[in-house]
Amino acid sequence: MTTPRPSSPPPLRSSTEERRGDPGQRTPDNHVDHVLGLADDALVSAQRMGWWISRAPQLEEDLALANIGLDLLGQARALLSHAGALEGQGRGEDDLAYWRDERDFRNVKLVERPQEDFGVAMARLLVLSTWQSELYAALQRSTDPVLAAVAAKAAKEVAYHHDHATRWVLRLGDGTPESHARMQAALDAEWPWIEELFDESHLDPALVTDGVAVAPSSLREPVLRRLGDVVRSATLEVPDVPARVPGGRAGLHTEHLGRMLAEMQHLTRSHPGATW
Amino acid sequence: MYGNDFSAPDGPRPATDAGPGPDEPASFLAVLAEEGRIEPRDEMPEAYRRTLVRQIAQHAHSEIIGMQPEGNWISRAPSLRRKGILMAKVQDEAGHGLYLYAAAETLGVDRADLLDQLHDGRQKYSSIFNYPTLTWADMGAIGWLVDGAAIVNQVPLCRCSFGPYARAMVRVCKEESFHQRQGFEILHTLSHGTPAQRAMAQDAVDRYWWPSLMMFGPTDTGPDASAGHTAQSMAWGIKRFSNDELRQRFIDMTVPQAEALGLTLPDPELRWNDERGHYDHGRIDFTELFEVIKGNGPCNAERMAHRVRAHEDGAWVREAAEAYAAKRTQEQEHVA
Repeated sequence: MTTPRPSSPPPLRSSTEERRGDPGQRTPDNHVDHVLGLADDALVSAQRMGWWISRAPQLEEDLALANIGLDLLGQARALLSHAGALEGQGRGEDDLAYWRDERDFRNVKLVERPQEDFGVAMARLLVLSTWQSELYAALQRSTDPVLAAVAAKAAKEVAYHHDHATRWVLRLGDGTPESHARMQAALDAEWPWIEELFDESHLDPALVTDGVAVAPSSLREPVLRRLGDVVRSATLEVPDVPARVPGGRAGLHTEHLGRMLAEMQHLTRSHPGATW
Repeated sequence: MYGNDFSAPDGPRPATDAGPGPDEPASFLAVLAEEGRIEPRDEMPEAYRRTLVRQIAQHAHSEIIGMQPEGNWISRAPSLRRKGILMAKVQDEAGHGLYLYAAAETLGVDRADLLDQLHDGRQKYSSIFNYPTLTWADMGAIGWLVDGAAIVNQVPLCRCSFGPYARAMVRVCKEESFHQRQGFEILHTLSHGTPAQRAMAQDAVDRYWWPSLMMFGPTDTGPDASAGHTAQSMAWGIKRFSNDELRQRFIDMTVPQAEALGLTLPDPELRWNDERGHYDHGRIDFTELFEVIKGNGPCNAERMAHRVRAHEDGAWVREAAEAYAAKRTQEQEHVA
């Protein structure tokens, strides 16, 4: 359940099961959930990226990772505000970011695990940015005009993220024997989480029919093809590993998300009703 | 900030006190006399070059170590807007570090060597970053007081006699002034917020006031003046005002701002002196400054450990990038 925020917007209707309408019938809630999913992917990624600032392998990379984190945070803010507006209960970006618990977050599990190894961070950024670039390219034609506008801006940003991650995967894959081994291990660690990006079990098909959302499965072929091309160019192997069970879109996360949110939310929640 | 040049009185003295002497070329003296700029290819005394390398490197190191105390709050910023502003601010500090290392490199040194000297303690960074950031209000106090002090110190450096340093400072000062306003705004919001937020703001100002005054360095005028580089640096047009003049300017500027914030500064002796046209202030305990410079501040060990760990953890990445670049060069040569 969501923690109610004293003296401010109404509590969430919450609980995943209650919120979901009948599959096949597009409901406003499902639309909100879909936007929240994309918002949470960006927010959680930005939070993880923020860890790197002051810890990067060189100063130029501190700047680049901060840039990427800021882009992701900007996407998250726009999408959260949009989700709040669609919901129509007066919740803004901070209500949604700071006053939901982990069961109400809708991000994929790919983005929520710690990424304190540079190879892992770049492997994950490659996966995320490849997927986001296909997703946002398609969402620019969404019948939800706000989503289309956010996608148009984000498409340019994630193109840079993809370029940045690609260059590092190439350097690390085709660098030294150590970097080759570490980059391969990083890919092996991230690959099981890719399949969740294409999972449709928590998306209302009516959103796709109505042109609001992109069918996640339609992105599988281009995303995997592009990832494979980069991995092979980097003299690495595409991991052959079983996919992990999805669930993030339904609020079923790894144990890492709760800790991340505890840190992210604690100050705000310690001062209910305060403005910052 | 952090463009200052002093050490603890009983610590090792950098070997730069050569003083103006016969090794100062006429062309160099002529540029100084005209208030012109010395450029990297111009003739300059070795002691001038060494002083600048040390000061610019210390300044650059301060920028990158300064990323840590604020980076400490990125994950916990209390709103997404504040999180974005803080990330951008810490990113600016990385950018300042980059310009400054580049400015130092025009003097014939190498960034990697300067970083090694930071990591093994041969070069210093500003003592202010050895204080912990304990609450969110510290983000406000650092922006308002620490960046405010940095601006007062750095604006004259925009007229420094060494061209690359002066030009880097022009851009740095613009960004610092933005940071200072952001810090003021954080504190303004807190001091007009809930009682707990107001208390948080006052506590941060109480903790950061004296260390901010110490950022200008020890007293270098009057009977209590400590032996430092001030006279030589002023003769060379690197430094334009004494530590005490700059500190006074900062105090005069800050007291009315504290009043606007509705916060008090933790100095009962702080009062306007009509005769001097300045604020009088209480005695600054420089023994604290010297202890922090010597490594005995609250966070010296943590700041260095964080920095060294990031550098060591990134070694395999830098090595890979070099190896990859070498392979590409080889390929191109092969094709050619």
